[in-house]
Amino acid sequence: MLEIRGLAASIEDKPILKGIDITVPDGEIHAIMGPNGSGKSTLGYVLAGREEYEVTAGGVTFNGADLLAMEPEERAVAGIFLAFQAPIELPGVNNANFLRTALNAIRRARGEEELDAAQFLKTARAAAKTLAMKEDLLKRNVNVGFSGGEKKRNEVLQMAILKPRLAILDETDSGLDIDALRIVADGVNALRSPDFSALVITHHQRLLDLLVPNRVHVLAHGRIVRSGGPELALELEKSGYAAMVQEAA
Amino acid sequence: MSSFLDRYEALIGRLPGDSRLRADAADAFRASGIPGEQRRRAEAWKYTSLRPVAETAFRAAGPVHEAETILRRLPLLDAPCAVFVDGALRDDLTAEPGLAGCSSRFALTPDFGTLTRPDQEPMVALNTMLAEDGLVLEVGAGDDFGTLQIVHIAASNGDFHPRHIIRLRENARLALIEHAAGDGIYLTNTVTEVHLAAGAHLTHIRIQQDASTAFHVSTVYADVGPGATYDSFTLSLGGRLSRTEAHVGLNGPKAMAHLNGANLLTGAQHADFTSVVRHEAPNCQSRQTVKNVLAGRARGVFQGRIEVARDAQKTDGYQMNQALLLSPEAEIDSKPELEIFADDVKCSHGATVGELDAEQLFYLRSRGVPEAEARAILVHAFLSELLDTIADDTIRDHLERIVETRWESLIA
Repeated sequence: MLEIRGLAASIEDKPILKGIDITVPDGEIHAIMGPNGSGKSTLGYVLAGREEYEVTAGGVTFNGADLLAMEPEERAVAGIFLAFQAPIELPGVNNANFLRTALNAIRRARGEEELDAAQFLKTARAAAKTLAMKEDLLKRNVNVGFSGGEKKRNEVLQMAILKPRLAILDETDSGLDIDALRIVADGVNALRSPDFSALVITHHQRLLDLLVPNRVHVLAHGRIVRSGGPELALELEKSGYAAMVQEAA
Repeated sequence: MSSFLDRYEALIGRLPGDSRLRADAADAFRASGIPGEQRRRAEAWKYTSLRPVAETAFRAAGPVHEAETILRRLPLLDAPCAVFVDGALRDDLTAEPGLAGCSSRFALTPDFGTLTRPDQEPMVALNTMLAEDGLVLEVGAGDDFGTLQIVHIAASNGDFHPRHIIRLRENARLALIEHAAGDGIYLTNTVTEVHLAAGAHLTHIRIQQDASTAFHVSTVYADVGPGATYDSFTLSLGGRLSRTEAHVGLNGPKAMAHLNGANLLTGAQHADFTSVVRHEAPNCQSRQTVKNVLAGRARGVFQGRIEVARDAQKTDGYQMNQALLLSPEAEIDSKPELEIFADDVKCSHGATVGELDAEQLFYLRSRGVPEAEARAILVHAFLSELLDTIADDTIRDHLERIVETRWESLIA
């Protein structure tokens, strides 16, 4: 599904990613862990196409296509979805309209029929209910006045409705209580299929208990310093990043 | 300047109403000329020069367009409509029997020229000197007239100076929607005098969709009585060079004024929104938000002045000017002014200028929304907060549709 080869990226001439190699096969969930400032969010942004980051080396293929040559909206149409660590507020933009515009833009680009307001609202209400979201969040402006937890759930709601092939969750679990965490994990697990993969950026074992990754990668100073199975996350939980990062350096 | 004065000289004796008023206006205009025409620039016209107006030969022959065609393409509400073509009320197109055949009456009412200051406003002097047609509407005490539309259509290359007088008696209500459009190189120079008695409520919407080759000046004077409300919104979309001006006197306790507006411009368009609010009585409130969306080399101007007289205690004034610059060549000039002589008042003002937010744009695009559509959504969001302040659902939806259509043509 996703092949990242020697990816290096910088922002304002400051190198952040210094050669990343990750392959995510179809149907797998990979966790990315690592200390703050190691480049985890940058990796998410670069994959989603944020223009402020300059790719200085390497490449990314997504289902055989050159991902880095695509505009952000083309990546979304191809099936990439980034759940933002700090979801953006859009004053004056109604949440339901935003979701419907996004869904229909993707459907249109894929040559599928657009949903009318009634059809869409039915889908959105059902998805919100599954995520135990208050229905009035659909009527409010996107993320404006939402609590931290509501913003994260709103990201998962978008994911549930847009049904991506590769979801990148950037600390979607941070700031969530146990119940909310379970709902988020259920949202991801509901999408699991041989056609769905995920990159899960997290600091916590809790989410990985619920999602069970196929692989865990540890990112430090812009490089992958260790990769392994789910047991690697448990090891980190016990001994912390310091030893591992030092070992690699 | 001289061609306007020549025409006045030729018309003397045939112009309706007080000839003294006309002659004084002509003297004032002779001294001032068109703003920007003389080397010395008046402070009130610091950012806008109408020199191109002075340099255009308006009455030169040109193609004459069909007024009906222009009228058909205008988005109008299903409400009474008075249609002016080239400055003259057209009875045959006016679908409000009470209004037909009264077009020169404005000059015969005692209200003609009682609020205006031709000595201070050159374009008002020009209007006062040459106005031949206009609308006079009086709404009786306690009556609700509903909605009235005034349409100004320019079908030929000329200069037009309609003059309207609106009087609302105690607790009367009216929603007045003025719409300007046309084809060709022309000047529409409207003056409206508004009198609001105690408790009266006027909603005044001005929609300027003039040709991109046209000049538009629209000046309103409002005398707002105790507990009365002057609730206005101006939408400037068209014109090469336009100026919307309002002089509002809050002259009785608890009077209220809303002076909101939006400029949505592109190309080399220039739109100026100038207002003066005078708080003359205690416990009055004024609210003003003007937003600019500027693409291409467009230029927006905002001049807002709030004056608070010594007796106008407990004044509550608010003024905000915001601009969204969609291109590096777009320009906004903003001049908010407060002049306060009372000691117990609450007045605030502010201005913001910015581009579309890169994070918001990326957020939308990362969800699959194409860039042009994402930009449109954010511009619409910028304006929707302002449009939401319009209390009447029908009028708000009407303006939203006009903004959306304009925006679509702007990014096409």
